[in-house]
Amino acid sequence: MMLAAIEFAYWQTTIFKLILALVVVLGAAGPSVYIYLFKMVSFMQSRLGPMEAGPYGSMQLLAEVGKSAQKEDIVPERADRFVFKAAPYVVLISTFLLALVVPFGPDAVFVDLDVGIFFALAVSSISVIGILMAGWASASKYSLLGGLRAAGQLIAYELPLVLAVVGVVIQAGSLNMQKIVDAQIQGEIFGQSVIGNPFILTQIIGFFIFMIAVQAELTQVPFDMPIAESELVSGYMTEYSGFRFLMFFIGEFATANIFAFMASVLFLGGWGVPQSLMDAIPGLATEIGVDGNIIYSNAFNVIGPIIMLAKMFALTFIIYWVRFTFPRFREDQLQKFAWKVLIPLALVNIAITGVLKVVF
Amino acid sequence: MTAINDRRQLAYAAAQATDARVNIELEAEGMTLNIGPQHPATHGTLRIIVRLDGEQVIEADPVMGYMHRGYEKLTEVRTYPQVTTLINRIDWVSSFANEVPFILAAEKLMEVEAPPRAQWIRTILFELGRIANVSMFLGDMGVQLGAVTPMFYALRDREFILNQIEAATGGRFHPNFDRIGGLKDDLPAGWIEDTRLALDKMEYFCQQVEDLVIGNEIFEQRTRGIGIIPADVGLSYGLSGANIRASGVDWDLRRDNPVGLAWDQVDWRVWTHPDGDSFARYWVRLQEVRESCHIVRQLLDGLPSGPIMAKVPRVVKVPEGEAYVACENPLGQMGYYLVSQGGLTPFRVKVRTASFSNMSITPWLLKGTYVADVITILASLYFILGDLDR
Repeated sequence: MMLAAIEFAYWQTTIFKLILALVVVLGAAGPSVYIYLFKMVSFMQSRLGPMEAGPYGSMQLLAEVGKSAQKEDIVPERADRFVFKAAPYVVLISTFLLALVVPFGPDAVFVDLDVGIFFALAVSSISVIGILMAGWASASKYSLLGGLRAAGQLIAYELPLVLAVVGVVIQAGSLNMQKIVDAQIQGEIFGQSVIGNPFILTQIIGFFIFMIAVQAELTQVPFDMPIAESELVSGYMTEYSGFRFLMFFIGEFATANIFAFMASVLFLGGWGVPQSLMDAIPGLATEIGVDGNIIYSNAFNVIGPIIMLAKMFALTFIIYWVRFTFPRFREDQLQKFAWKVLIPLALVNIAITGVLKVVF
Repeated sequence: MTAINDRRQLAYAAAQATDARVNIELEAEGMTLNIGPQHPATHGTLRIIVRLDGEQVIEADPVMGYMHRGYEKLTEVRTYPQVTTLINRIDWVSSFANEVPFILAAEKLMEVEAPPRAQWIRTILFELGRIANVSMFLGDMGVQLGAVTPMFYALRDREFILNQIEAATGGRFHPNFDRIGGLKDDLPAGWIEDTRLALDKMEYFCQQVEDLVIGNEIFEQRTRGIGIIPADVGLSYGLSGANIRASGVDWDLRRDNPVGLAWDQVDWRVWTHPDGDSFARYWVRLQEVRESCHIVRQLLDGLPSGPIMAKVPRVVKVPEGEAYVACENPLGQMGYYLVSQGGLTPFRVKVRTASFSNMSITPWLLKGTYVADVITILASLYFILGDLDR
């Protein structure tokens, strides 16, 4: 709406969105690497982390990028050259595609798809192909083991991820991520509309299943069997060096951010604040459009991304906190965990949600 | 034009051959995986050739000797005081514990006995070495399981112990402090109080490890029932130290083979665990660190006064004869078989190191396990590469 009001041409908005997508995906990954991987972990492990590059080590990531960019791009002799080189791009593409449907404000969304969440879960599986490509094409046994482990794990944890989302979709009555945010802003819980209805309250089981599955999708501890640096050296990334390794690395952190964005949309109310708060603050009042649609204040296109960032950082904090605390599962244990615990639990959650939806 | 075609054909043929090689390797029953000699889990240069069926190990074959430094042979051209410098480097994490059995063997042949104060200080440094060594294990096991944080806690708190060793001996890792007939120096002033503080830190670390690692369900899942060594199998492979005590064998050389050090003067107990799995080995070692802290505290309280050096001639010549002295090294039984022909140098020294015997069980133990468990089992057996290859 806001963009339409200023009348941009289609190609202008496209370029604008393209740059914005880069900023959202890569720009958010940088701070999260610095805050969590460099600093928070260091404090957890009673050390300081990087302190030399820039004030308080804040430029460390730039130094790392510069270092990686300079390094030789080694391709192993027996590797399948094209597949080996293409694999990191495939992984990164899945990250960018994920970011497309996440709404950051009433109009601040790259593509407002009606099957938004469905699309997001579908494209998140593309990274499996990239990882399998990397594992196979490296022509290294460690990579192959890592790639196959990753494929098995990602496919197993795709199911709980989808099933956890189904509960939210039932409650919101839509696959569109904007509608899901709408439902949480407008909703009421036990007749109280003071805090809206963030689905984390009613879908607490779904939220935990979603976060666990996200942890597994990101192949982070305790589900980091595919990388398992103490046994598989670095899994499917073993043979990568320089910039291609960096792409895997950035991809991992960017995907963590995007999944956290998605979780905050699905469970924490996304970019919105409760309707009661909107009514209380003068500039944020909502209007009812001619066709009965709710039109939110334009200010949310600015406030929304900030709220989303705050929620994202809160959720990624949990992701990295777990990552640096737990030991890892064995391959068969984590498969059992997915199939015997998470999936039945998610199905029960869906059944209960469905029944309650009909009752209330 | 033909040249280009030829080159293309050659490249194609080469690619085909490569594919065929890879396929043959994959289709043959099992895949051979070389763990090491350069691998993050081997702490150095151990190589294990593993034949895999999927992720299950059919056959494991450890190849040792990548770090062989010939210390047994080198001792034959070193005088007795020089030998301690060498054997310091066998198990480099608790060096002082390597010196003691050798010095005791030489003293046995010379019929010299160190004065009580020297014996007590030897015991204190021995136990501090054990704490420094085993706390490394307590952290490292976490790393092998994917939890990096316990390792940093171990490195942080071990530093206090290393500082104390440095304050007393001048060397953090390689003290070279033990002499035939006693010790090089007495303890510096204020050392006893500082050591008590360092032990406080270490006991706190043990509590942290218990909360963070032992209390973790994933850790239990990864270690309970994994790599079980029955007591009789362990004994037949010559396992010693915490590895055999974790199988329920109540055997500790500190108690069962008194060599003159002060262990029989203090009140302590030997910890055993009936299970014999990786968890039991971890648990026993954790209790041993606590017990060592307990031992050192008592030794500090009752440290006798007196000289630290017996009367020994300036040029050490060990009379003709043979002696074997074994001590309970942090890794297990470590013994020196010393043969002297009355000269300035030993005629032959045979070192019995714990890691070598502990590793010998791996072909038996790793059969049928998963690749992921290979790493945790190796970590729980706890070997030091220098101790393995000498």
